[in-house]
Amino acid sequence: MNPKVLSLFSSQFPSILCLTRKEDIIPYSFDGTAALQNTPVAVVFPRSTQEVAGVVKFASEHLIPIVTRGSGTGLSGGSVPTPGCFVLCLSKINRILEVDDQNLCLLAEAGVITAAIAKAADDVGLFYPPDPGSMKISTIGGNVAENSGGLRGLKYGVTRDYVMGLEVVLASGEILFTGNKCVKDVAGYTLRDLFIGSEGTLGIITRVLIKLIPKPTARKTMLAIYDQVENAAETVSAIIAAKIIPCTLEFLDSVTINCVEDYAKVGLPREAAAILLIETDGNTSAVQEEASLMAKLATKHGAVSVQIAETAEQAANLATARRAAFSSLARVAPTTILEDATVPRSELVKMIRFIQQTSAKYHLKIGTFGHMGDGNLHPTFLTNERNHEEMKRVEVAMKEIFDYAVLLGGTITGEHGVGLAKKDFLNQALGELNISVMRKMKTAFDPLGILNPGKIFDLNP
Amino acid sequence: MSEKESLRSLDYSIVQQCMHCGMCLPTCPTYDATLLERNSPRGRISLMRAVADGNLEITKAFGEEMYFCLGCLACETACPAGVDYAHLFEVARAEVESAHVLDNPQRSLIRSLVLKALFTRPRLLRIVGRLLWFYQASGAQWLFRALHLNKLLPNRFQGLEAQTPAACVRFSHQLIKPVERPKITKYRVGVLTGCVQDVLFSSINRDTVETLIANNCEVHTPPVQPCCGSLHAHNGDIATAGQLARRLIDLFDVEKLDAILTNAAGCGSHLKTYGRLLADDPLYAERAALWSAKLKDIHEWLAEIGVRPPASTEVESQEVVTYHEACHLCHGQKITHQPREILRAIPGLKLVELPESTWCCGSAGIYNITQPEMAAQLQKRKLEKITSTGAKTVATANPGCHLQLQNGAQQAGHCFEIVHPITLLARAYRRESGKL
Repeated sequence: MNPKVLSLFSSQFPSILCLTRKEDIIPYSFDGTAALQNTPVAVVFPRSTQEVAGVVKFASEHLIPIVTRGSGTGLSGGSVPTPGCFVLCLSKINRILEVDDQNLCLLAEAGVITAAIAKAADDVGLFYPPDPGSMKISTIGGNVAENSGGLRGLKYGVTRDYVMGLEVVLASGEILFTGNKCVKDVAGYTLRDLFIGSEGTLGIITRVLIKLIPKPTARKTMLAIYDQVENAAETVSAIIAAKIIPCTLEFLDSVTINCVEDYAKVGLPREAAAILLIETDGNTSAVQEEASLMAKLATKHGAVSVQIAETAEQAANLATARRAAFSSLARVAPTTILEDATVPRSELVKMIRFIQQTSAKYHLKIGTFGHMGDGNLHPTFLTNERNHEEMKRVEVAMKEIFDYAVLLGGTITGEHGVGLAKKDFLNQALGELNISVMRKMKTAFDPLGILNPGKIFDLNP
Repeated sequence: MSEKESLRSLDYSIVQQCMHCGMCLPTCPTYDATLLERNSPRGRISLMRAVADGNLEITKAFGEEMYFCLGCLACETACPAGVDYAHLFEVARAEVESAHVLDNPQRSLIRSLVLKALFTRPRLLRIVGRLLWFYQASGAQWLFRALHLNKLLPNRFQGLEAQTPAACVRFSHQLIKPVERPKITKYRVGVLTGCVQDVLFSSINRDTVETLIANNCEVHTPPVQPCCGSLHAHNGDIATAGQLARRLIDLFDVEKLDAILTNAAGCGSHLKTYGRLLADDPLYAERAALWSAKLKDIHEWLAEIGVRPPASTEVESQEVVTYHEACHLCHGQKITHQPREILRAIPGLKLVELPESTWCCGSAGIYNITQPEMAAQLQKRKLEKITSTGAKTVATANPGCHLQLQNGAQQAGHCFEIVHPITLLARAYRRESGKL
């Protein structure tokens, strides 16, 4: 880039921190995705929506690509810099502006950490359910841009279900607010829905109006152990058929169980084929009833053991294995690739079996855990990005797994987004028409193609 | 690290183990303060990796960043992938030193005085400690302060005189016999008296020996012990750290002792790595590995052998105590419940949890001297949390934290007692035997 552009930027925006030194910008050359890296030209830190708008106007005048970033925890390369870009980092725009307990909502700036939103809600007896794994550091803006999920999807839905309104800086530099505090609103297109999950390609989300719900008063946790994956899946089906929607239905496969035992030693039987962590929440009497019914169903469908927590401490103990799952897998090999192929719940067993077969076929170590209630699995490849031969097998295996998920009526990504990592698989998953409609939308919102270009799909096929 | 490692020769998988998930960020005090990636563990590792890949030279900015890190290791506790950050950080700082990117005459002078001269010679350190004591006891310190002579010092050192710690009247060897035996001997242990601990907190060493005797341990304490070298290893001087490790190992009968014990968190965290440090030395590798296996923190050891709870007496303390976790105990050695168990075993003592107990207090070795601004911010934050507990006694198990909290409390006019958990235990044993 012409160095004059950088000095022009600094003179136009003296109050905006702009990093360009190698030591300052190398740390912004990646996000949470394995094996994707690219150094930006500069990293800028606006402090307000107006400053964001200023940066975007400047970028459109000089045709500089803008890659928006929060805490950089994304798992599909959505905030990995594109060549010649400015990284627009929103981590310093991070105030919670309003908690409205009359209308059950909260207004936050994009850089607020997700956990801070959950806490602000909790402080007034309310509940923000989406709990992506990185919520201690991920930003709400990033969550909305990726439409992040979490462990509570089955009962409570995902980030999209909690967005009432958005403030967005458009590619033109204009500031749009879409949505409001009303429960009902059918005035025109619901534009906010377009920006949710748009991965920074349509606009830059600067504020989020978030829906909150009353906090459930009770919670009951149990752990069921199985010697056959099918039995775990049947238990899940039986629970749903019994008209119970648990808030958590988490699954660990045998590879994951053994990795957990190697690292955290929680006392799981190593020969177990699957464990299910089941949690129900709501009012006290319903929770009690549901818990005992679910325990019966688990036993009836072949669980080798079912433990119900009587105290909060016991509940935390039962959840240890699930909490330790990712850490335990991540320690096994230098490179950890966390995928999120998702299928309809009824197809879960087929998907799990297929992953196991693929792992054997290509001699790869894949641990699978995930959200059994919503069909969202996390096949986790334990590999080494410097072993090029093995990485080739990883790529082939991954493609086969995605293809199979689509064949079963599922999707290539349940909650991580497409970004760069899944871009090559999108066409086959969605078909040409879907993508061509998306391209038209992209062009309508961002005619110059400066907003996170090259993510999700390429503009020119 | 071993004595010969550099970022480029390092087993690459150690750098690669970081999957840049970002879970370390919210636990890092420097990232928390600036919200800049470079000031986070993930950012620092990416810079180290850039050096290992040949994409970045060791520059002044790289060096400054490595020294802006507190080395508190909170990131290790948060890391899902088990990155050995302590190892990376020592290698990186050593490389900064060998590249001389931060050199200036003042820094070199301080480094050679402190690291090379003072903290390699235990007898010299004791002489300095004695002079310090004389300066304080003779009234010279009073005079210095009354005449505002610190105005004559360079700006950045003016605040330091006020922080001069009080030296002990008697050092460890004057309080502890080389061998002390209990009535019934169940274990034989060695005790490390440390360097700072020996000169400034020798009574904690005495308390350590007494609690061990009360728990049926025969205690071996060599009278003149060098610094363990943690200061050197954490500040990029691996060669001196290696020499000090060999000297310290030579003082103990490593094969015959059941355990070798330290009561200083920062030392313990480093002492446990002797095995790796001397792995390439054919003469020492085996003993160093055995040393690492037998090296225990005092709380860890007492919990392992089952600490004997002091009996209740009529003169119980009725103290409300809060516990500040030294980084190198909770993050560096993952010792968290043992000190609390020991405190709870003391009759009459009420332990109240300290919010953010594992957040660094800003002492971080010599960080409070090299980065006074950041250190002061963290000290203030810690004192606010302590005040919120209402406790008047703060237990902590590291001389650096001890001084940092003491100085902070003094400046802010708080009247907390800062005390080692083992001192509280020793007092309870003394009450029990009527000696207090």
